[in-house]
Amino acid sequence: MQLTVNGTTHEVDVEDDMPLLWVLRDELGITGVKYGCGIAQCGACTVIVDGYAERSCQIAAADVDGPVTTIEGLGTPQTLHAVQEAWIEHQVAQCGYCQSGQIMNAAAFLAETPDPADDEIDDAMSGNLCRCGTYPRIRAAVKSAATKLKRA
Amino acid sequence: MSRLGKIARRTFLIGSAAVAGGVVFGVYAARTPHPNPLAETLADGEASFNPWIKIDGEKITLITPHSDVGQGVRHMQAMLIAEEMDLDPGQFTTDFGAPDPAYWNRAFSEEGAPFMSRDESRGAETARTVVGYAVKMFGIQATGGSTAVADSFDKLREAGAVARETLKLAASQRTGVPVAELTTASAAVRLPDGSEIAYTELAADAATLDPVTDVTLREPADWRLIGKPQQRLDIVGKSTGTATYGIDLKMDGMVHASVRFNPRQGGPLNGYDASAAEAMRGVQRILPVTNGVAVIADNTWRTFQALDAIDYDWGPAPYPPEQDAHWEVLANSFTDNRLDSEWRHEGDVPAALAGAETIAAEYRAPYVAHAPLEPLNALILVTENRVDIWAGHQIPRTVEDMVAGITGHDVKNVHFHNQYAGGSFGHRLEFENIRYAAEIGAQMVGTPVKLTFRREEDFAHDFPRQIAMARGAGVVTGGKIGTCDLSICSPSPIASQMPRANFPAPPGPDMQIVAGAWNMPYKIDNLRVRAYRAPELAPVSSWRSVGASHAGFFAESFVDELIHAAGQDPLEARLAMCDYDIARNVLEAVAEMSNWGTDPGENRGRGVAFVSSFGTPTAEVVEVTAGEDGIRIDKVFVAADVGTVVDPVNFENHVQGAVVWGLGHAMNCEITYSDGMAEQSNYDLHPAMRLYQCPEIAVRALENQSKIRGIGEPPVPPAASALANAIFAATGQRLREMPFNKFVDFV
Repeated sequence: MQLTVNGTTHEVDVEDDMPLLWVLRDELGITGVKYGCGIAQCGACTVIVDGYAERSCQIAAADVDGPVTTIEGLGTPQTLHAVQEAWIEHQVAQCGYCQSGQIMNAAAFLAETPDPADDEIDDAMSGNLCRCGTYPRIRAAVKSAATKLKRA
Repeated sequence: MSRLGKIARRTFLIGSAAVAGGVVFGVYAARTPHPNPLAETLADGEASFNPWIKIDGEKITLITPHSDVGQGVRHMQAMLIAEEMDLDPGQFTTDFGAPDPAYWNRAFSEEGAPFMSRDESRGAETARTVVGYAVKMFGIQATGGSTAVADSFDKLREAGAVARETLKLAASQRTGVPVAELTTASAAVRLPDGSEIAYTELAADAATLDPVTDVTLREPADWRLIGKPQQRLDIVGKSTGTATYGIDLKMDGMVHASVRFNPRQGGPLNGYDASAAEAMRGVQRILPVTNGVAVIADNTWRTFQALDAIDYDWGPAPYPPEQDAHWEVLANSFTDNRLDSEWRHEGDVPAALAGAETIAAEYRAPYVAHAPLEPLNALILVTENRVDIWAGHQIPRTVEDMVAGITGHDVKNVHFHNQYAGGSFGHRLEFENIRYAAEIGAQMVGTPVKLTFRREEDFAHDFPRQIAMARGAGVVTGGKIGTCDLSICSPSPIASQMPRANFPAPPGPDMQIVAGAWNMPYKIDNLRVRAYRAPELAPVSSWRSVGASHAGFFAESFVDELIHAAGQDPLEARLAMCDYDIARNVLEAVAEMSNWGTDPGENRGRGVAFVSSFGTPTAEVVEVTAGEDGIRIDKVFVAADVGTVVDPVNFENHVQGAVVWGLGHAMNCEITYSDGMAEQSNYDLHPAMRLYQCPEIAVRALENQSKIRGIGEPPVPPAASALANAIFAATGQRLREMPFNKFVDFV
C-alpha cells in the first residue's frame, strides 16, 4: 500500500491492521512519533491525517485515507512551526517524550480553533498525558502559539 | 542519650559500609581522586584536565555523567562547567560519557547518614564525610535522590575553572604574557592587546601541561549563567521530534524484540506453547528468558502480536496474591519486634497518652506505579569479544556489571551508552530492560537487537511505590498540640530495591519508612515518630520522593487533624511550633502568596502542608472549591528553599511538575494486586493528572540555606496532604487514604 508522509509517498508492505504508529516508526524510520500506551490513552503517537489530529496507534495502516504529517513534517529546528516556537519560548519540555504528540495535537486544534478559550484548550489537550506535569506551560504555550498564528 | 550513643544505635546502610571501607582502604585512599577516565581516550594534541572536559583542535566536549531523565541535568551540568570556563551555549558539545568511578556521587552522603539534613553539627558532618568516603571508594555513579545539582555544583565549577586556568597558562607560555594579565571569554583567552586565542587552538599546548588546580571560583555577583533563565540545550530537539531516546535508536541489521514474563513478579514460567506464534509474519526467533519468553521479529508490533499468541503457564507469585492480604500484613506489623527506628522521641509520649483523651487516626498510602511515558527499552549488540548496550539508566556502572554477569564477558569489554530518557520517576533505577536485553543479546550474538516493552509489560513489572500505613495518637492541651505520636509501617523500599541493583541488602533501619515525618520541624512537648518494617510483599522501588511520599502525607495530615482539634489556624499553628528558621521562611512565604487568613469564599477551602525531604524544606498551600460535581483544585502555592537556584525557569517547571505528580497520584492512582498480578495495566486505569485537572501553580524559590539542594522530588510530599487538608477545610471531610477519588469526586 502507499502512504504519503510529510510530503513523501512511500510504498509499504505491511499487514492491513498494523497500526500506523508502527509503520511510521519501524518500517519508515520516522521516530518523532512516539509509542506510549498503544490504546489511545496518552497521545504520544499523535499525528495529523488529512488535517485532523489522530492517535496513530489506533489507525490501521489500511485505513489511512489521507496525507500524514508527523512532528518532523510540521517544522524543523531551522524552520519552526509557530507551535514549536511557543513550546521553545515557554521551555515546556522536561523529558520531552510526550511533546511531539502535544505539539501535533495543539497544531491541529489551533488550525480549527484560532481563538481558543481557556476551557477549550483544557478540553482539547486533556487527551495528551504528560507524566512530567508540564501542563501549566503547555497551556501558556498554546495561548502564545494562537497569538503567533493569528499574526502570521 | 548522648549523641554518640544515638549514632551507634542508628547503624545505617551506607554508614556501616563506610566504616568497613575506611578500615580496608584507609583514609589516604579515601582522599585520593579516581584517575581521569578520559586520559586513556586522548588522541595526540587532545587535552583533558579532569573527567569532565576534553578539548582538541576542533571542538570542546563536556562530559555530563548524570543521567537525564527529563530533569534537565545534562544542561545543568554543562552550564556549571561553562560558567567558570567562559563558554557560551553552542561552543561545546555534551556527552554522558562512559561509566566510571570518577563520577561517584558526592551528594549521596548528605542523606546517607542518619541525621536530619538541617543538622550541620560536627557529628553529623563527620558521619557524612565517612559515608562520602564509602560512596567514593565504591565509585557509586548514580542519579537519584535529588542529588544531581548538589553533587555537581562545586565539582563542575571547579572543573571549569581548572580548564580555564590551564588554558591561560598555555596561552601565557605561548605569548610570554603573564597569566595575571590574561582573561577569558567565549571559549578564548584574551590578551591585553584585545587579541584572542581560541581554546581549541591551545588544546595541543595545554595537553602537555599539568592541570592548574589552585583555582578560585567566581563570586555569585559575577555569574553569567547561574541563576539566570536559560534555554535548555535539549529544548529544540524535544520540541521538533529530533531528540533521540533509547527507544528511537536504529542500527544496520537491527531486529526488534519484546518480552513477556510472569506478571506475578518473580514468579516462574512453568511452560509455554509458541507454535502459533512461530508461524506469524516477521517472527524470526522465540527465545526462552528468565520466567518468560522473548520474540524476535522485524517490527515491534509483530513482536507484540506474537507474544499475544503464545500460551503461558505462569507459576504463583512469591507474595500474597490478593491486595487485602497486603494491608493485613501491614496492620499486623505495628509490633515491638518490627520496630525499625525510633529516631524522634521528645518528652514522654507513653506517659502523656496514658489516661488522656486522645485523638486517633489511621492512614493508608497505596502502591503506585512510576510509568514514565517512554516504555522500558534497550538496544544491545553482543559479539564474541565485546558488548555494547544503549538505554537510559540511572546507575550506569551496575548496568555494565549486570550485563557482564549475564553474557559472560569481562566487564571491561561491556560498554554502556547512556541515553536521554523519556521520564523515570525511579523506574530507571531498576534493571528489567537491561537483564532481558542481555539475555536476548547473548542468544543473538552478532545481531543488534532493540528490546521494547509493551506498555502493559512495563506496568506489570513496574516495582511500584511501597504501600504504607500509619497510626497516629495525639492529645490537645491548652489550645495546642501537647502530644503527637505517629507510627508508620511499610515494607522497606531500600531493602527490596538494593539487591536488584547488585548492592548488598543494607543493615540497620530504613530511613525511608519515616522520611519527611521524623524530621518535622515542630517543637511539641511530647513527640514520637516510630518506623515499623513490614515483611517484604510485592517488590517495591524508589518512587519520586520515596518514603516521604507516604510519610509526609501521614505526618502533615495528622498534625493538621490535631491542630484543628486544638481550634488553631493550620498555618499559624505550624509557625508557632516551628523551631527551624529555614522552614519558617517557606511557611511564611506560602502564607503571603496565598493570602492566608483571608476568607477563601463559599464552599472553598485552603490547606497547608510542610515537608522537608532530600534537604529541601517545602511548603504548599492548596485552594479548592467544593462544587456540586465534586472538588476542583483552583490554585497551588509553593515555596521551597534550595540554597541556590541554578536555573529559575527549570526550577519553576520542576516544582510545577512535582506538584502535578504529587496531586495526580494522590487523587487518582493506585496499583492493587489480584491473583498475584497488578490490576492496572495501562494509563486508562492509572491516569494520574490530566491537563483539565491541573490547577494554577505559583512557585517561589528561597535561597537561605547554606547548602545547595535538589528540587526534583521535594515538592511531591506536601502536595497530597495540602490537598487533603484543603478538602477538609472546604467540606469537613477528612481524607486519610489515597487515592482520594475513592471518597470524593474531582472535576
